[in-house]
Amino acid sequence: MSENATPKPLLEVKDLAITFSTPDGPVHAVRDANFTVMPGETVAIVGESGSGKSTSALAAIGLLAGNGRVSAGQILFDGEDIANASEKRFVELRGNHIGMVPQDPMSNLNPVWKIGFQVKETLKANGLAGDNPKKRVAQVLADAGLPNPEARANQYPHEFSGGMRQRALIAIGLACRPRLLIADEPTSALDVTVQQQILDHLDTMTSELGTAVLLITHDLGLAAERAEKVVVMYKGRVVEYGPALEILRNPKHPYTQRLINSAPSLSAARGDKHEAIVEETSPAKAEPLLSVSNLTKVFDIRKGFGKKEKFTAVDNVSFEIPKGTTTAVVGESGSGKSTIAQMVLNLLDSTSGEITFDGQQIGNLSEKQLFKYRRRVQPIFQDPYGSLDPMYSIYRTIEEPLRIHGIGNSASRQKKVKELLDQVSMPAATMHRFPNELSGGQRQRIAIARALALQPEMIVCDEAVSALDVLVQAQVLELLDELQRDMGLTYLFITHDLAVVRQIADNVCVMERGKIVEQGSVDDIFDAPKSDYTRNLLAAIPGATLI
Amino acid sequence: MPENQNFNSEAGLPVNRRAGKVSKYKIEHYVAPLDETPLQAVDSVKETGKPLSMWAEAWRSLRKQPLFIISAILILAVIIVAAFPQWFTSQDPTYCALENSNEPGREGHIMGFNLQGCDIYSRVIYGTRASLLVGIFTTLIVIIVGGTIGALAGFYGGWIDTILARLGDIFFALPLILGAIIVMQLPAFRDNKSVWTVIITLAIFGWPQLARITRGAVIEARNADFVKASRSLGLSKFKSLVKHVLPNSIAPIIVVATVNLGVYIVAEATLSFLGVGLPPDIMSWGNDIATAQTQLRSNPMMLMWPALFLSVTVLSFIMLGDAVRDALDPKARKGA
Repeated sequence: MSENATPKPLLEVKDLAITFSTPDGPVHAVRDANFTVMPGETVAIVGESGSGKSTSALAAIGLLAGNGRVSAGQILFDGEDIANASEKRFVELRGNHIGMVPQDPMSNLNPVWKIGFQVKETLKANGLAGDNPKKRVAQVLADAGLPNPEARANQYPHEFSGGMRQRALIAIGLACRPRLLIADEPTSALDVTVQQQILDHLDTMTSELGTAVLLITHDLGLAAERAEKVVVMYKGRVVEYGPALEILRNPKHPYTQRLINSAPSLSAARGDKHEAIVEETSPAKAEPLLSVSNLTKVFDIRKGFGKKEKFTAVDNVSFEIPKGTTTAVVGESGSGKSTIAQMVLNLLDSTSGEITFDGQQIGNLSEKQLFKYRRRVQPIFQDPYGSLDPMYSIYRTIEEPLRIHGIGNSASRQKKVKELLDQVSMPAATMHRFPNELSGGQRQRIAIARALALQPEMIVCDEAVSALDVLVQAQVLELLDELQRDMGLTYLFITHDLAVVRQIADNVCVMERGKIVEQGSVDDIFDAPKSDYTRNLLAAIPGATLI
Repeated sequence: MPENQNFNSEAGLPVNRRAGKVSKYKIEHYVAPLDETPLQAVDSVKETGKPLSMWAEAWRSLRKQPLFIISAILILAVIIVAAFPQWFTSQDPTYCALENSNEPGREGHIMGFNLQGCDIYSRVIYGTRASLLVGIFTTLIVIIVGGTIGALAGFYGGWIDTILARLGDIFFALPLILGAIIVMQLPAFRDNKSVWTVIITLAIFGWPQLARITRGAVIEARNADFVKASRSLGLSKFKSLVKHVLPNSIAPIIVVATVNLGVYIVAEATLSFLGVGLPPDIMSWGNDIATAQTQLRSNPMMLMWPALFLSVTVLSFIMLGDAVRDALDPKARKGA
């Protein structure tokens, strides 16, 4: 503080307003936004989807969508107002003054060009390729933490994993040593452990280069951990900003408080509010509702020319779920956790092993028994946009299971649908609407209502809350918790997010490459993890160590 | 802050980095005034406005498109002409007097007469029906046959898909007109020339294209979570195909079918022009164009009139297909 009495901010956003013109009139995406980024500092903008956080950052690099414009205020980059700068000026600034790491590593690399070519393109555009561009490219890729960079430069994006692609994008973003790097949700598509590696590396690189970072994220824990300063946005406005740790520990605005209370990585374990009920049901622990033993699934992968390769997705997995409790199966992508869900739902046959539900083996059920089994076990899937038929009204969606199983007449079914909507706290008037008119969280609640229609004993949640914003996620988790208490439901909860597990589960199975590496109660796993894999997973939860 | 998760240091992780960063600059802690940024309920449900199904939404965007309005009006006009040709002309198109041969237009006969001395205008009007019948029925048969085959192939996959897809490929490899010419020469077809033989011939070569489109759409829809959900609700495989997969694959089928309707009308005209389509005693644009061909130098308008009607009809179906595609394809639809 003393070394520089009046430091000049690198990026200063003053009273910024951004308006999108749509067929239904202008939409004010951002209003009266104020924040500054000092040279070499990391500033995180946190907010839900639609809060205007990406829009504000994109305006600073002149990449607003065609129908959007800065309608008021200033964006000062190094003292120069670039809010309404010409495209030509932005082209000069992009790359060597302001770099960008986009969100989705899967779609932001051109699949027909080699990685090396795409890095070289950036260097050339900014006149930094030098006499030996190949060496420069290798250097840039090595800096981003890609091992064996010469060989990597000659590969195509499809040969890279998600984490490697994101590293390549970071390499491109930092190739020209910009003074400001805008990172728009750089790791939200990646597993937590990969996320941690990448952000660690980004940290090291930017502090070496003295680059300021504007980090856009929906995860307050991540923001608090990685940034010096946090800006919280809500419905297009900046509601609070300040030093990261202070915001986290002493939030002043009710919205920030709400965010912190809902963030799974920051909130307390389920035990606090759930203890009593576990005590009550513990005598019943002896009888598991679902038990899986030595379950294995082997897929044949076609290798061309009729050759096949065996791939073991689920390898000798055994666990039990006591009635009325929640067991979470956690693992990173490709760990085989969803395959287990599909086999329990009998949508996929197992290769070997047994699944027993309430004393009955489900591997060889007759059509009729299977139909009955379906009534007792229901799924909730991940993608809220895919799990409801867009052609069906909400009424038809929730009524469908009743109709299939021939329950009641049309009058009693209508009554039941209203009841179910009420149970998931949706107004009854929703039943005439269609899925495209509802938000992701609302759709997920409708999916829960549909699953509840047949009064099942067990619900399989396959990443049921992973696609939702934290606040909505907390709301849906609370609903699930409430339903379990009221109806004694048993949950098999499949997720990649250990933080969520702590909020909802009683028991946990941690999976790695098809095998269960550790299982036990939530408290055991969180407080005394035995395997390195679990320890790494836990340590990678952003923000967990800050509160 | 108590460091209760001490495994961090055990795992050899750099604890200092995970403790967050503190800036060397002084950072002000700003809180927006609460009355300017009121807190709203999380994820509240929109309860105003009329509920809109996907079709209703598509219709809303469709009815504002000039392309749709123009093509719909034209198609409606063509259908009315085909159904009630007597409303549009008082002349009998079969009354031909050689004394009128090649006469230019005059009152009551605005387009003049052809070589046989028949009124061109009334022939064009009465010829609409054959063209439209061929177009509509070929499309219907193609949708039923191609749609069913494509849906079964796409949904069940495996050997069913392999057989049906290869069968489709064989037909697909034959050019429509060339194949139709050969089929129309078969004794069974040659001796019973009628609107129906043309329809069946065109359908034989038309279904593979629709089967492919349907197969693609079905494959995309069958992997959706709502199909999995319906299966776990206890719906049989076939029922989930009928109730969920097909309704969600219908959009591309409608678009392709509309465009193809125009294509089949052209194909019928081509076959009739070549003399292998409709028999000469059925009035159709194709037949009239064929007979006018000999008079092209002396009386080109004789060919132009049926050709003009043909082009406008075909163009309106193709335009309608385009407009419907824009309305049904959410990617093409302008921001919600």
